[in-house]
Amino acid sequence: VAYHLQRVLRPAAGYRWLSARIEASGPARTLFTGTERQTKTVLFGCRMCGQCTLPVTGYVCPMGCPKELRNGPCGGVGADGSCEVYPEQRCVWVDAYDRAAGAGRVGDLRLLHRPVDHRRWGQSSWLNYWQGRDEELWTGDASPGLGQSPGANT
Amino acid sequence: VSLRERLASGSFAVTAEISPPRGASTEKITAAAASLRDWVDAVNVTDNQGSNVRLASWAGSLAVMAAGLEPVMQMTCRDRNRIALQSDLLGASALGIRNILVMTGDHPKFGDHPGARPVFDLDSVQLLWALRTMRDQHVLLSGRRLDPAPDCFLGAVENPFAPPVEFRAERLGKKVAAGAQFVQTQFVFDVPAFARWMTQVRDLGLHERCGILAGVGAVRSVRALEYMRDKVPGVEVPDDVFRRLRAAPPDKHAAEGVKLAAEIVQQVAEIPGVAGVHLLVAVNEQAVPGILENAGSRETRWADGR
Repeated sequence: VAYHLQRVLRPAAGYRWLSARIEASGPARTLFTGTERQTKTVLFGCRMCGQCTLPVTGYVCPMGCPKELRNGPCGGVGADGSCEVYPEQRCVWVDAYDRAAGAGRVGDLRLLHRPVDHRRWGQSSWLNYWQGRDEELWTGDASPGLGQSPGANT
Repeated sequence: VSLRERLASGSFAVTAEISPPRGASTEKITAAAASLRDWVDAVNVTDNQGSNVRLASWAGSLAVMAAGLEPVMQMTCRDRNRIALQSDLLGASALGIRNILVMTGDHPKFGDHPGARPVFDLDSVQLLWALRTMRDQHVLLSGRRLDPAPDCFLGAVENPFAPPVEFRAERLGKKVAAGAQFVQTQFVFDVPAFARWMTQVRDLGLHERCGILAGVGAVRSVRALEYMRDKVPGVEVPDDVFRRLRAAPPDKHAAEGVKLAAEIVQQVAEIPGVAGVHLLVAVNEQAVPGILENAGSRETRWADGR
């Protein structure tokens, strides 16, 4: 379902206009961000980092990892798929792999994720997405180098 | 020859590991480096291993260099943010440290300061990517230019045995894409499982872009082996290994551990695409000559110059 929504909600002129209107109004923005928080926390374990990877991480939030790893699992995952830090929890990347594999999207997990911009915690990533601020969060190719690109930081 | 040249030449590479002391002296590091000098190409200096405070890895690396051995400076993402990590690379490079091994690092929960703030500002892929960009594109993560750029040979780690196992070679692929030129693996006890991972590594062509060093450890006792299995994150020990060690009399356990390690060295050396071994002997560096001699008696691939 999430993958279908992903197609429907791709940034189009309409969403860009709508998201600009929401951002311009304080109360609308608060309400919208609150809705995003509620929905994504319940569905995906979202932590509101403001720069969402869910579409390419099998709809499992990588920020639920105690090391907040965005590029895949650490080497300490237990043989049963448990988290090394909180053994009673499953590794978010084991879940992400299973869900991505189930949806035929393992290729997504090869993408290289750029570092988190910590100024964006608590922001609505949906607004950031429609406003085009999320375009450089990940790439398939590391060749241009990491230094030139965090232009999306504004 | 340097580790970089050794791997470029295609001859079998050997690295080992030194844990810096909990104290303000490099004496033990110097002694360990001197005893390893004639046996290995380079030696890792760990970065507060297991989240326990030790002498800094850059300082230990300088001591290793002074003792006439090439260091591999470990750099974890656990304690320092992107500002400190980039600054550390500049400092290390300026002082002649070339090999940098990048890893995420253990969580502070496992160490002697479990209440410490876990940093993890970057992950290992992002740190490799940042360091490679500093070297090759001469810019920081901020985009600001560096003059002069650092010179470094970048390494990564991988655990071929941890779930999701099917993704582990791909994960190395991400590290290679980000900048890894060599990789050291977690302890290999289960050689067939390691060989399966190597098949995937070869299918992705990673062995041609990155020197693969298989992690091999010598265990000194059954208790040490149990500790490794139960307390070290990500280490799997097959029951066969326990049976074999228990079958030997207790005073022969250490010798049996060395023999076992030597056999694993020989077995992984036969796997296509393996460029060398990383001997995980942290506080047991006197085991290194025994492992290599035992392995070398039937295997002469790394006999050149040693």
